[in-house]
Amino acid sequence: MLPKLPREKLLDLCRRMFVIRHFEETLVGLYDKGVFGGHYHLYCGQEATGVAALSCLRADDYLFTTHRNHGHLLARGVDPKRLFAEILGRVDGLNKGKGGSFHSVAPSLGFLHSSGVVAGIIPLSTGTAYASKALKNGRLTVCLFGDGSLEEGAAPEAFNHASLLKLPVLFLCENNGKYGAGRATGAAQSTTMAAYPLTELPKAYKVPAQQIDGMDAGLVHATISEAVEKIRRGEGPQFVETQTVRYPGSETNWPTVPKPTDTSLAWDVSGVPEKAREWYRSCDPVLIYVRELVDGKQATKEEISAIERQVKAEIAAAAEFAVASPYPKPEEAETGYFA
Amino acid sequence: MRELAYYEAKFEALDEIMSADERVHLINGTFLSLSPHRHVYQNLQKKFAERMVAPPISELGFCGLAIGAAMAGLRPIVDLSTGSFIYEAWPQVANEAANAYSMSGGQTKVPVVFHLFHGLRGGGAAQHSGSPQSMLWNVPGLEIVIPSSPRDVKGLLKTAAASDNPTIFVDHTRLLDVRGEVPENDKPIPFGVADIKRKGSDVTLIATSYTVQVCLKVAADLAKEKIDIEVVDPRTLVPFDLATILASIDKTHRVVIADETHQSCGVAAEIAARIAESGFDKLKAPIRRVSTLDVPVPYSPPLEEHIGPNEKRIGAAVRAAVA
Repeated sequence: MLPKLPREKLLDLCRRMFVIRHFEETLVGLYDKGVFGGHYHLYCGQEATGVAALSCLRADDYLFTTHRNHGHLLARGVDPKRLFAEILGRVDGLNKGKGGSFHSVAPSLGFLHSSGVVAGIIPLSTGTAYASKALKNGRLTVCLFGDGSLEEGAAPEAFNHASLLKLPVLFLCENNGKYGAGRATGAAQSTTMAAYPLTELPKAYKVPAQQIDGMDAGLVHATISEAVEKIRRGEGPQFVETQTVRYPGSETNWPTVPKPTDTSLAWDVSGVPEKAREWYRSCDPVLIYVRELVDGKQATKEEISAIERQVKAEIAAAAEFAVASPYPKPEEAETGYFA
Repeated sequence: MRELAYYEAKFEALDEIMSADERVHLINGTFLSLSPHRHVYQNLQKKFAERMVAPPISELGFCGLAIGAAMAGLRPIVDLSTGSFIYEAWPQVANEAANAYSMSGGQTKVPVVFHLFHGLRGGGAAQHSGSPQSMLWNVPGLEIVIPSSPRDVKGLLKTAAASDNPTIFVDHTRLLDVRGEVPENDKPIPFGVADIKRKGSDVTLIATSYTVQVCLKVAADLAKEKIDIEVVDPRTLVPFDLATILASIDKTHRVVIADETHQSCGVAAEIAARIAESGFDKLKAPIRRVSTLDVPVPYSPPLEEHIGPNEKRIGAAVRAAVA
């Protein structure tokens, strides 16, 4: 379902989903061409969670994220030029090339630190929440992580602290194991987590926890809005697990793009390779959202195509900017490790 | 001049730090381990109750909490108590705190202090006698402070609390009762400035933490044998004041390094390497190290005494250096 928001806001969410999707697909192309060689993980398939959830936040809230951070940064409005440049290790990157894909930050948008250790951010998120409570500034922290993060011991320790100290933090687990490769549908974590469903773990520490469909932007928006309100009222931490997919379906960390996304795929998948058709037809959260916009008479196909064309041009220009950006001077490696 | 016990100087510093800056919060512990003086901590608890947290036994979690709080504008001081417990928090200290400023391209500061008691404490056995400072020295991005006197603990703790970087504050329970001069309104001691604890002309004896006190006794003893020892205390490992050490070697031409970290890849090993690289031509004898032997720390008193940088081993190394 569509989030209960005015039309302009609904179209803005659509635009942000396109930004993420086209950014990631362009990134795959740059990697395939050998423009960069570092690690990267894609957010494709999780747009409905990221865009809808982050739209519920205040501009000064804190966010922590990990491997699939591009989507969160872009959903929050980071400049795609500078994110591309960071992933390419260029001087115009968000972190001047010192962090790369795993560690991209944007303090002005609330991203102070992104970690490549999956549960590393969970204790940190209790820390910013502790500071907000001490400083009485009303800032909330959202900690975004995948299902694998719960396997590390840092997670339960942090849930315990957040619960005991009633900290203003939202633990948002994007479980992208739905349709996971080699795992039974809907039961992916039963092989790695004895605390299953995953909500059992925070609940053991008296952190209220719920599980929802992360492909449904309306449901995500309603659930996160409510959780955020409770936290702001001083009720302490909340945990939400959204079930999402990896793109496309269950590809590996370095995926191929069967066909670059285009709004026309929302209605016609005949040009797509057979094995990927079902994904575009029923799983892709961006195309689900596009169909809902049209079916709900919030926008015409033409209007949506126009937004997408604009986003594609912006992303193409951003990639061009990053490719043209120089590498930092080698001596820069020896500087800037102490404030 | 006014004289204080080490523990009194330390608590005076904590009190002054917390009174001056509301952003300072104390996370966990008593900052005095299980010493008989731990009651003085209750005075702080009464005064600053709202800025003190007693979290569950979860070093990984509460160090992470302190690091996150530092990122968001507080200046937490975390007590890990026994130094070996920092191994339980390693992912947060070494992987998150130490890297955040550099990885963010200088955008995220992490002004957190990790306080811990290292070393041989008398019956601590292997898990409560660790000296993790040499391992921490192997992690770029951490400042490492290691005081040895009442005046130093006060001055260095104030600088650590004011630092914008993650700082490891390495303390030693055997220092708590050491008495020494601490002037009223003493200035904070800057990092990276070594201190000559005793002037001498025959041999430069470099020592850290409680071993400085041991070396001062050795120096007094060997003075009777007409060996004039200069005791140099680097006070901080990161940043490290090599210049003061080289200036001392210019005078003595002989070096002994005594320190409680294990011998292999230890503090003495790193200091010896730096002297060999930059001051080899000043030396008239090989550099000698007195470190803790490369074994897990045993419990029984004579065994523990045997492996550490004790007076006997340090004295023998000094005599060999000047022979």
